[in-house]
Amino acid sequence: MPKLPGLVKGLGVTLNTLVRTTTKGSNTIQYPHEKEAPPIRARGVIALREDNCTSCMLCARSCPDWCIYIEGHKELAPPRRAGGKPRQVNKLDRFDIDYALCMYCGICVEVCPFDALFWSPEYEYSEPHIADLLHDKNKLGEWMETVPEAPALEAGAEKKGKK
Amino acid sequence: MVRLLALDPVAIGDLLWTPLLIIILKVVAIFAIGLLVTMFMVWFERKAIAGMQNRIGPNKAGPWGLLQTLADGIKLFFKEDLLPDRADRFVFKLAPYLAFVPAFLVWSVIPLGGDFSDGKNGIVTWFGEQTRVQLADPPVGILLVLALSSIAVYGIMLAGWSSGSKYPLLGSVRASAQMVSYEAALGLSIATVLLLAGTLSTSGIVANQDGFTNWHVVSTGVVPFIIFLLAATAELNRPPFDLVEAEQELVGGFNTEYSSIRFGLFFLAEFMNTVTMSGIIVTLFWGGPQGLFDIPIIPGAIEGTIWFIAKVLLFLYVYVWFRATLPRFRYDQLMDLGWKILIPMSLGWFMLMAALRLGRDQDWNQAVVAIVSAAVLIVCAGLISMAMKVSRANREREGATF
Repeated sequence: MPKLPGLVKGLGVTLNTLVRTTTKGSNTIQYPHEKEAPPIRARGVIALREDNCTSCMLCARSCPDWCIYIEGHKELAPPRRAGGKPRQVNKLDRFDIDYALCMYCGICVEVCPFDALFWSPEYEYSEPHIADLLHDKNKLGEWMETVPEAPALEAGAEKKGKK
Repeated sequence: MVRLLALDPVAIGDLLWTPLLIIILKVVAIFAIGLLVTMFMVWFERKAIAGMQNRIGPNKAGPWGLLQTLADGIKLFFKEDLLPDRADRFVFKLAPYLAFVPAFLVWSVIPLGGDFSDGKNGIVTWFGEQTRVQLADPPVGILLVLALSSIAVYGIMLAGWSSGSKYPLLGSVRASAQMVSYEAALGLSIATVLLLAGTLSTSGIVANQDGFTNWHVVSTGVVPFIIFLLAATAELNRPPFDLVEAEQELVGGFNTEYSSIRFGLFFLAEFMNTVTMSGIIVTLFWGGPQGLFDIPIIPGAIEGTIWFIAKVLLFLYVYVWFRATLPRFRYDQLMDLGWKILIPMSLGWFMLMAALRLGRDQDWNQAVVAIVSAAVLIVCAGLISMAMKVSRANREREGATF
């Protein structure tokens, strides 16, 4: 078969696309009216599970933008066993992330040793004023609901050794 | 006075109220239809290109986004009308009209309908008066079209020159060179049609194309049609020949300094030219309102209009299709195509058709005439390509890089 000239080939491509678009619809998603499902592991916003946080400050210190603000105080919790000493625990007073500064690198999520920070695919939290992008621990806690189940481990990725 | 008014059969004889009213009605109708069709064309182009790029296109203003152009036009009216400090004020203000008015005037000579089947001459009877479904039918119809398209060049050229700014100036220099070069090929391919039709009047050309084999696209052997289509695209400054408004090189081209409704007029003229040029192609080559077959029930005159609209739509689609597909020419490629291919080819084809015509008139053997003229044309083509090779070699020896 002789090779078609590029001009005819190109006209064929555009015509095919036109037919496909008119019969099957375009790829456009008209955003406010219809929404796209974010891909898995989407980095929309960082959510906080407050109970797991020990205010160890690892996240705040590892943040390249210094956009995490943590304040806490020590409290005495009742002893685990009867007759034991009261335990000392860290209570979180403030855990704010300034999303105007955050660059979504995810180092805080990686570095957290207690699984207190998670990536959520939620992305609709823009604000008319830049100061309103500073979100406190209640707001970060609300986003926990949108965090998806962790995807199953790949074959061979299980931890070896003692259970 | 009577000779002057004989552009339309309705105006022959004493000037009465009914013919005058019919003419005024036609003027108003063509003006309104022209604007509406241009609006539709802008919408159609945006929608079709969107489809070719897997997008939706305008869909918010009105049903299917049909009123988008109206919204854009109203927006343009309320924009600030800028006048550059270094502009030539009078010419700067005049230029949009020089581009816009000829675009409108071409409408007046295109036969928009009428019954041309079985040798009828397309005359219809309205309110007891004989008239045509076209505003005027001057005996120099096609020359008028060519003249108007030449005036439109001045609109673009003066717009760029009077802006007092370098990018528009470069755009207008390109425009004048491009449009003048392609006008030659355009005129020569029209000449082939006129040779067959034997008349310059548009309705006469349409009446000559009775039946599919008599359509000029067939009877002139496709080549003039292809040349005309290419030259017309260049004449309209539409992609792939839109060097006049090459955004990447010239910001916006000749209309960079224009804003508000003056820019709107250029925009309108450009799209209206596209529609009228499709109308001219249909009139010259595709039989105008002549149909391929008889549509039942619908009376002849309306049927002609339906055929005309269908054909024009086809060519509008072709223009949009080209625009969505083909990348822009480089400037030297554009000039090469115009001067080295289209003009010699259209001239050669015109000679061939003339030879065949002469042979038929003189009762010579058609086969011999065809073979001899084809041989002459091939020799000429060989000579031209040899001349081009020699000049190219000379240029390279002198140190040219391409």
